[in-house]
Amino acid sequence: MIRSSEELVKRYNETKGKILNRAGLETNGRKEVLVCGVAGCKSLKSDTLVERLREAISDNGLDIEVKETGCFGFCEKGPIVKVMPEDIFYSQVNPKDINEIVESHLVKGEVYKKKLYINPETKKAIETTKEIPFYKKQVKIALRNCGFINAESIDEYIGAGGYQALAKALEMTPQEVIEVIKESGLRGRGGGGFPTGIKWQFARNNESQTKYIICNADEGDPGAFMDRSILEGDPHSVIEAMAIGAYAIGANFGYVYVRAEYPQAVERLELAIEKAKREGLLGKDILATGFNFDLEIRLGAGAFVCGEETALIASIEGERGMPRTKPPFPASKGLWGAPTIINNVETFAVIPEIIKKGSEWFKGIGTKKSSGTKVFALVGKVKNTGLIEVPMGITLREIIYDIGGGMLKGRKFKAVLTGGPSGGCLTEEHLDEIVDFDRLKELGSMMGSGGMIVLDDKNCMVDIAKFYIDFMVEESCGKCTPCREGTIQMYNILNNITSGKATLQDIDLLESLAESTVSTSLCGLGQTAPNPILSTLEYFKDEYIEHIEDKRCSASVCKDLINEYIITDKCTGCTICAKNCPVECISGERKEKHTINKEKCILCGDCFNRCPFDAIVTR
Amino acid sequence: MVKLTINGRQIEAKEKTTVLEVTKELGINIPTLCHDDRLSKETSCRLCVVEVNGGEKLLTSCNLEVAEGMAIETHSDKVIEARKHNLSLLWGPHPNECVVCEKSGECKLEEYNYEYDIDVEPIFDAHKRNQPKNESNHFFEIDPRKCILCGKCIRMCDEQMQVGALGYVNRGNETFVTFANEDFDEANCVSCGNCVSVCPTGALMPKSKSKYRNWNTTRTKTTCPYCGVGCQMELVVTNGEVVRVEPVVDAVNNGLLCVKGKFAFNFINHPNRLKTPLIKRNGVFEEATWDEAYSLIKDKVDLIKKDYPNSFAGLSSARCTNEENYLFQKMMRAVFGTNNVDHCARLCHASTVAGLGSTLGSGAMTNSISEVLDHDVIFIAGSNTTSTHPVIGSFMKQAQARGAKVIVAEPREIELAENADVFIQIQPGSNVALFKGMMHYIYKNDLQDEEFIRLRTEGFEEFIKSIEDFTTEEAAQICGCKKEDIEKAAEIYAKGKRAGIYYSMGVTQHSQGTNGVKSVANLAMLCGHVGKESSGINPLRGQNNVQGACDLGALPNNFTGYQKVFDDLARAKFESAWGVKLDSQVGLTVPKIIDGMVNDEIKFLYIMGENPMISDPDINHVKHGLESVDFLVVQDIFLTETAEFADVVLPASSYAEKTGTFTNTERKIQLVNKVIEPTGNSKPDWIILKELMTELGYPQAYSSPSDIMDEIASLTPIYGGVNYDRVSKSGLQWPCFDESHPGTKYLHKDKFSRGKGLFTPVEYISPMEVADDEYPITLTTGRTLYHYHTATMTNKTEGINKIVPENFFEISKETAKKYNLINGAKTYVSSRRGTTIAVVKVVDTIKDDVIFMPFHFANGANVLTNTALDQFCDIPELKVCAVKFDDKL
Repeated sequence: MIRSSEELVKRYNETKGKILNRAGLETNGRKEVLVCGVAGCKSLKSDTLVERLREAISDNGLDIEVKETGCFGFCEKGPIVKVMPEDIFYSQVNPKDINEIVESHLVKGEVYKKKLYINPETKKAIETTKEIPFYKKQVKIALRNCGFINAESIDEYIGAGGYQALAKALEMTPQEVIEVIKESGLRGRGGGGFPTGIKWQFARNNESQTKYIICNADEGDPGAFMDRSILEGDPHSVIEAMAIGAYAIGANFGYVYVRAEYPQAVERLELAIEKAKREGLLGKDILATGFNFDLEIRLGAGAFVCGEETALIASIEGERGMPRTKPPFPASKGLWGAPTIINNVETFAVIPEIIKKGSEWFKGIGTKKSSGTKVFALVGKVKNTGLIEVPMGITLREIIYDIGGGMLKGRKFKAVLTGGPSGGCLTEEHLDEIVDFDRLKELGSMMGSGGMIVLDDKNCMVDIAKFYIDFMVEESCGKCTPCREGTIQMYNILNNITSGKATLQDIDLLESLAESTVSTSLCGLGQTAPNPILSTLEYFKDEYIEHIEDKRCSASVCKDLINEYIITDKCTGCTICAKNCPVECISGERKEKHTINKEKCILCGDCFNRCPFDAIVTR
Repeated sequence: MVKLTINGRQIEAKEKTTVLEVTKELGINIPTLCHDDRLSKETSCRLCVVEVNGGEKLLTSCNLEVAEGMAIETHSDKVIEARKHNLSLLWGPHPNECVVCEKSGECKLEEYNYEYDIDVEPIFDAHKRNQPKNESNHFFEIDPRKCILCGKCIRMCDEQMQVGALGYVNRGNETFVTFANEDFDEANCVSCGNCVSVCPTGALMPKSKSKYRNWNTTRTKTTCPYCGVGCQMELVVTNGEVVRVEPVVDAVNNGLLCVKGKFAFNFINHPNRLKTPLIKRNGVFEEATWDEAYSLIKDKVDLIKKDYPNSFAGLSSARCTNEENYLFQKMMRAVFGTNNVDHCARLCHASTVAGLGSTLGSGAMTNSISEVLDHDVIFIAGSNTTSTHPVIGSFMKQAQARGAKVIVAEPREIELAENADVFIQIQPGSNVALFKGMMHYIYKNDLQDEEFIRLRTEGFEEFIKSIEDFTTEEAAQICGCKKEDIEKAAEIYAKGKRAGIYYSMGVTQHSQGTNGVKSVANLAMLCGHVGKESSGINPLRGQNNVQGACDLGALPNNFTGYQKVFDDLARAKFESAWGVKLDSQVGLTVPKIIDGMVNDEIKFLYIMGENPMISDPDINHVKHGLESVDFLVVQDIFLTETAEFADVVLPASSYAEKTGTFTNTERKIQLVNKVIEPTGNSKPDWIILKELMTELGYPQAYSSPSDIMDEIASLTPIYGGVNYDRVSKSGLQWPCFDESHPGTKYLHKDKFSRGKGLFTPVEYISPMEVADDEYPITLTTGRTLYHYHTATMTNKTEGINKIVPENFFEISKETAKKYNLINGAKTYVSSRRGTTIAVVKVVDTIKDDVIFMPFHFANGANVLTNTALDQFCDIPELKVCAVKFDDKL
């Protein structure tokens, strides 16, 4: 039980040693092994690694702790095992590698070279994390503890300086807290980019006795896992920030609205809340300041629209998750009619650091109007996929080529999608544009919550637009006309285009429908749903015209426009295509050019996608 | 005021008004499908979008408040383009079958599609809505194919009705509207049809029996003929047939109706309507001409008058208009020379007229219906308001949703009890004890309004002695409830700022009915909760014009406006106006008239629009009376159970076939308009009375009901300023003393009608007949939502008969078990007066050893009820008697 800020300092002093050692700052000579225990790595059985590591360590009579942490970010190379404090980074570790790692590294003190990360450029093995290009340009604020501390230990969070921001905030007046946030220029990381401090001020100014603070953890963009990683890797940072926010606006109760599809995030958050309550960091009279704050989790049922704040509120109230008209905005009339602040997980995660280090520090990172960093889930056709945190103002090229390691298989970059189904695409000409809220918007895309999907010449932009609008057809709540009906009609037109049934007039119809859906939809979901269409129309109109006029999809994605697959002279006779063909219509000798029996071929495209040599073309 | 520009025009508008409201006033037509002033703002149809300050995003004008300097374009190219898209998006999935759609001509989607030149062949054809029609409700059907998902029906049901029967299913473009459990469920949906009334398309439609096109119909505003709420509505007529009812958004009902008002109109054009006079010859009715009928009546009158001049009596009708009631009592008094005129108010609110008359000076609702919404405390005693006055019930629920506390004292756990702050399930007949217990607690805890008592009342000292020793323990024991509940109720009521008491037959229909009413007055005065806006005493009148029938002197002691027959000045006024000598003796009440027939003192009875063979207590006694009387005239729209006993039956026209006024429960005189010609040879009651009076040698020369109202106004101070010109606008609430008087929203402001409010000491006396070993069950009676009184009108509607087909009684599970009664089976129920058969309905809303039986059915509840009378006003104790069960006769 931590009853006062003095007791918090005491606990920090008791627990910081371990953390400082891990960080290599104050070495105590003890080694630790960290294993990513979430999401991607877990799906590759990282928990077996933990067991095997513990067994091997004890078999060797060693006294070394193995810790499950949050995400290290470099998911492409998972499962990842790190040995601290020297920060040796083992990638793609198999259970069968464990004995060697333990014997070599932990027993003999020799880095086990076979599992080190190999720099694809130089083909050289890299030992420490900080030397890996993927991490070089990253600045970790929101993800500061992810992959570093044991997410299930409140002591490790405290040892890393946790809850000191809350203690500091409670010594300030609520208005002073708000001023710091305002001055920091922090903008909402959920996508909208609304200044957090100003939003808080609205709620602060309301004289209502009851107010609420809500953490929006209803991350729904396809391919996005920023919030999930934070909740799984550093749940206390969110709890601490919510307490700070509650104090600032004058709330005493909060909710974390999190998708039920994130069981581990929910579990870790529940545990963290329970521990924070047990330590007195949630509940009554926190740190003897008289401030009361409590927190509950509400599970979302996976509706994308519930990420929209008014729909989220409706859902917490037990109503159908449908957006409500604004104004009134939640900051004046939100949950059960009371002023309510809703911030996204990432927004909350940076707040303790801002309070601790000050607004000037935060403003020093990023651009003038978009301070700080942004977490992205970098996926698609880049070599290094994973979770990254970069300062605002970084260029797309730096993200894709320096952090992402460039295009997979050396293919040609075509576009990068930001903002998920609400965003748009940016092309080669934009690679040197900087990433911040305003610039992305000017270019016809948006920051969004942080999905970033890199596409190459094998991606069809019409198909991408169709994919996203299809997602919106499914996710439209059905309340307002343009979104409910417009999305399915836009999908229909795109479907006609990709199946060769459309006319050029359909492009005009599509464009004008997209525009009126943007201008007349009720909530953000509908207002942004046509963005992928509008932005692909802007930058890739030729592809639309090609589909309609030539009945051709040059990326060979739109099945209805493919008449046959042909194996060209590039074929090396590797037999991969023949082995995998579901109707066994590919024949040929090993190391000789293969052929496709057109009569039997069902045009599934499996061979096309598998061919490592791009030897298969369509007609 | 703020200045803004709309379509380039500088205008000023009030702050907080919306752009939609402002443009409406300017005559600019902005389309909207989802907006209704009464409902929360859904902003889902996105048709009312406008351009604001040239911004990219178009904003919905329905929720956009005007602001200084705002520049609005309501019909710019961009706006029109967006509206066209959204209309096309709604049209694409909609079935293209307007030519055969019943809604055509009144469909908003059709109208806007025309206005915005939408292509008939949908430009957006990705999908058609294809969910099957839901026909599970008896009165209306849902066709999701035609639904444009504006959500008005759902909001209507949630917000205005506070029922929540409807909701969305599925998501996105597969969303559709249905009942909570997919099929209509009587426990949830009250079939009010207000969802149907607000539907802008053909998605929610009445199950109509008639085929008609909207452009061949006419609509006429009138007043609902059912309960005392007096809902304003329009009858939709084609070819002389009423085919539909639509609510009017008005101060009384705010556009709400109940299942009866909305759907139970089939009686108007029903084939069983009386179409010609009937004369009984040798026990068989034969069709006759009006002349034959009139002259037979004249002959009989002359004959009886010669030997028995004091043997005439008449029952007037709370179903008929004010003008007809006036003429009826005038005929009884001026032509037959008797004050033996009464009507069924004797059976419902006689105790109110007596109890409030003596304590406050006026026996009517003190507040207006619209004031219900602003109460902070609503105390409902002896009224199942959501069933008997459904629209007021909805307003109570709305008030509750706004934060009003609700106290319910009822023998049954009625709908309003479910979410009440205090529900006291009292033993039938224990009201007085409850009120006294509450007053005891209030006084002992110093919660009374001293200033009000001092300035506005008298008799307090004497009164207080009667409650000083009447503890809440004693009250709780009599009422059969916890004393804490009585105390909590007292606390909530006394501490209210705008507290209203609503009561009905549960308080009045007792041998102690007048004392019950006086106790209500005592309680309200004790807390100062009367004579103020949204604070008052509100007897809910049961029938469409029971207030008016009382006001117009269809009572044995009163001329119009409660002027006493024994008041020489009043009598002289009427004698001079009517040109005849009038009797100064108070006449007989309903029960005494029936006794009089049995005793042969009454030889001639004229019944206009009443059905005592179902409505009065102890039906066997009534039957005996009707069989005994020498000559019986019945004037009605159907051959009722009572008319079967008549010597002459006169066919009257229904409310849809005549003009007149009804006075509703809030004292509002409202117009009834003729919408179709009289059925067959029937005549409006006022014409029959006028002709008969002339035939009887007392010529009457009214050319219209308006003439009659002018005569009423000239003789009746509280109706002094009433005339058809004024009433036709939006009604007029009495007292309205002269043509410059605006009418009275709430009574007793600053001063009670009688001067000072009179506290009256009241003793608790138990009902006259209580359960004993031989008759161990207490029977209480009342109405259901679906049938109206003796069901003469409602049982002509199929859906109503499907829901409530026959006589039944509600009984607790334990009691049913004790007497081996099986849910759904029929059993005999007997009292000391007779036996009826009824279906057993086991419920969890009634106490053990108490049953509830509705009084709608012939040979039903009133075969059992007791004729014990209240000593002050002759109201029979219809609410309590003792019964037993028999499995065979």
